Amino acid sequence: MGVFVHICRDSGLQYWDVILGGNLMPYHDVLVIGGGLAGLRAAIAVNEMNASVGVISKVHPLRSHSVAAQGGVNAPLGNHPRGGHDSWKKLAYDTVKGSDFLADQDAVIKMATEAASRIHEIEHWGCPFSRTEEGKIAQRPFGGAGFPRTCYASDTIGHALLNTAYEQTVRFKQAAERRELAIYPEWLVLALVREGDECQGVVAMELKSGKLEVFGSGAVIFATGGSGRIYANTSNALINTGIGMAVPYWAGVPLKDMEFEQFHPTTLLGKNILVTEGARGEGGFLLNSKGERFLANYPDSQKAMEVAPRDIVSRNITREILDGRGFEGGGGYVHLDLRHLGREKIMERLHGIRTICLEFAGVDPITDLIPIQPGHHYTMGGISCNTACETGLHGLYAAGEVACVSVHGANRLGGNSLLETLVFGKIAGENAAKYVQGKGAAGKIGKAHERALKKTEEKIEGLLTRENGEDAASIKKEMTEVMAKKVGVFREERCLAEALACIKELRVRFKDVALRHRGRGWNLSLQMALELEGSLDVADAVAAGALSREESRGSHFRTDFPKRDDEKWLKHTLAFYSEDGARLQYCDVRPGPVRLEERKY
Amino acid sequence: MADATFKILRFDPDSGKGPYFQAFRVPLENKGLTVLDGLNHILENIDGSLAFRSSCRAAVCGSCAMHINGKHRLACNTQVSSLNTQSITIRPLAHLEVEKDLCVNMDQFWEKYELVRPYLVPGSPPPEKERIQSQEDREELNVVIDCIQCGCCYSACPVTLSSKEYLGPAALLKIDRFVSDSRDGAHVQRIEQADGPYGVWRCHNVFACQCCPKELDPPRSIAHVKRRLMRRRLLGGGK
Repeated sequence: MGVFVHICRDSGLQYWDVILGGNLMPYHDVLVIGGGLAGLRAAIAVNEMNASVGVISKVHPLRSHSVAAQGGVNAPLGNHPRGGHDSWKKLAYDTVKGSDFLADQDAVIKMATEAASRIHEIEHWGCPFSRTEEGKIAQRPFGGAGFPRTCYASDTIGHALLNTAYEQTVRFKQAAERRELAIYPEWLVLALVREGDECQGVVAMELKSGKLEVFGSGAVIFATGGSGRIYANTSNALINTGIGMAVPYWAGVPLKDMEFEQFHPTTLLGKNILVTEGARGEGGFLLNSKGERFLANYPDSQKAMEVAPRDIVSRNITREILDGRGFEGGGGYVHLDLRHLGREKIMERLHGIRTICLEFAGVDPITDLIPIQPGHHYTMGGISCNTACETGLHGLYAAGEVACVSVHGANRLGGNSLLETLVFGKIAGENAAKYVQGKGAAGKIGKAHERALKKTEEKIEGLLTRENGEDAASIKKEMTEVMAKKVGVFREERCLAEALACIKELRVRFKDVALRHRGRGWNLSLQMALELEGSLDVADAVAAGALSREESRGSHFRTDFPKRDDEKWLKHTLAFYSEDGARLQYCDVRPGPVRLEERKY
Repeated sequence: MADATFKILRFDPDSGKGPYFQAFRVPLENKGLTVLDGLNHILENIDGSLAFRSSCRAAVCGSCAMHINGKHRLACNTQVSSLNTQSITIRPLAHLEVEKDLCVNMDQFWEKYELVRPYLVPGSPPPEKERIQSQEDREELNVVIDCIQCGCCYSACPVTLSSKEYLGPAALLKIDRFVSDSRDGAHVQRIEQADGPYGVWRCHNVFACQCCPKELDPPRSIAHVKRRLMRRRLLGGGK
């Protein structure tokens, strides 16, 4: 079972003594950080390669944000009557066009060619997909897709997929013939253990006790999801703070294309809870205050209408609201009309949406219009990695929303995020397991672990002992509001510069944060402050990238540079961490068979 | 608008004090204020030591189950206005060890989840593409797949308190989820497990578990499994 580490704290002094050969601290061949769909798929892949794996997750895996996915997952199965001519090539083409040509085409091709296998695999594992009349996996139309290829389970696909993946990890855990698969729920990872250019583990805090421990491993896979909570108006779960992006970023791994933040056209007015694109895929209309289907008035959406890609629909809704053709209140909104779909179709295919509308907005989609507004939804950028999910640091891998492979480029198509988690989760797991096996002996436990642990303990002690200082909650509120207001759907130089300056000021003020509670166990104030430090650095990378990119591409729309500029800007942004904030570099986009064209739907 | 009063059962094992109720005033600024919004308000503005779990804030992840004004429910989809009172009493989930305030130790709940082989045991080798399942067969799953493992039913059940081994409503519903799946090949073993001393017969038909935030019906599932068991006993063999 590899090397075990015994860690004991000298009660009088603030240092940690690491002794080899004890038996308290587990070592795993591979550690997976994050228990969502990408993390669980990665853990299964590691275990299938007969390597031991530990999954460290901030919440119980079934509480991960993957569970909230609604509409579906893309695969060119051709099960829909209009999908007979679909193919992986067409999925790849739609994805590249959807990305506004910023996606790396080798990565897109990898995802598209493996899509059908991954969907069939998870169906074999028991995923309760909805069915066609022939009993095949049902598919529905989605934005930016040439064919109806989004496989669904009513409108709760995330719940169906995540539960199925978790069920499989239980099966693997119980299988006597396999190496260990352990899950550490409610542990927050705060630092990487880095020795030279090699990643050798992580430092994590058990939330229940506040205890800090170092985990040793031969490889680490980050699968911690997006960073939506840097925005006030996000559909993301409260847990999506971006700390999982910040930890590798602090260790010198660049974040890629962070300025590309997806705004979902239809989030519920008020709490910005997601209302699936499937609602429009099934035939829902978007109406302005005059009751017009206004998407017909915009050249980039007049053909596809409600099933144009998300960046375009979000922009056009925002324009309607800004031009006074929306409704006032709560930042402005328009209506989503599902009434004509009828009770039966709504109950069969959109029952989750109906519950959300009833519980959180007091409207019944069967009889009422749904008040919706664009809201932050997805982080296209993330930890820079290649199609093998390898980052620049040996032994460090990334998969899912936290990663930027990049398959989504400047705008993700609906149904592609879940597909990415399944395809690249598996790839990351396999490659990490191979890497560890290739290294032969188990990873060494040594000075680097001790250092990382000590540094993190000092950080926590600093927060817990500071007497007077600012409240973390007020800094978080300012950050989320400035991001929503100034780094939103429409951007321009002055606003972005103001936002960046504000984030930089908040980063300085964070250094003087004092907590309202000094206990160790279940200290939510401490957890929030620790994560806020990461959120601020991620927000800084987003604002810096957005200010620097003087063009409009996909989700990044600059009113002062409204055209796409392939000559200057067909390249990825790489943000490197420094004390003063993100340092930007650029690298080429990997082209492929899909040629550049104007993006119209 | 007036303020609401949140009376919360506090407990910190490190403090050496026993559990006690503490009241907080929460402004009812908007009419959609949920109990979870109120807890976050208290945490960020009044008392940074308050502990509770939350994640999706949209009633799909099951983190924030607790006992609110006499009923086990989710904090995130319970609007203060729907409680028809400005006095809110909140306790942690019952029958489970309190770790701190509203956070309980869910280990025994998850152990029982794992006991029932909560994964598909296919009845045939995987075909090249998907397994075929008719729409009618798939419809059988509608009433059992939405479980978010929040623990409301488990904590509401009096039998889970008196019998530590009783599988409880959530795990029995999980058995029914696979027994109802036309693709599963372990129906017989599953209902045999439910036939054991801590299975469906341990249920005392109190129906307290009918408090599911997702409107699932564990007693229906328990009855469903019992019917299958009886049919098998009386008619022998088969599913």
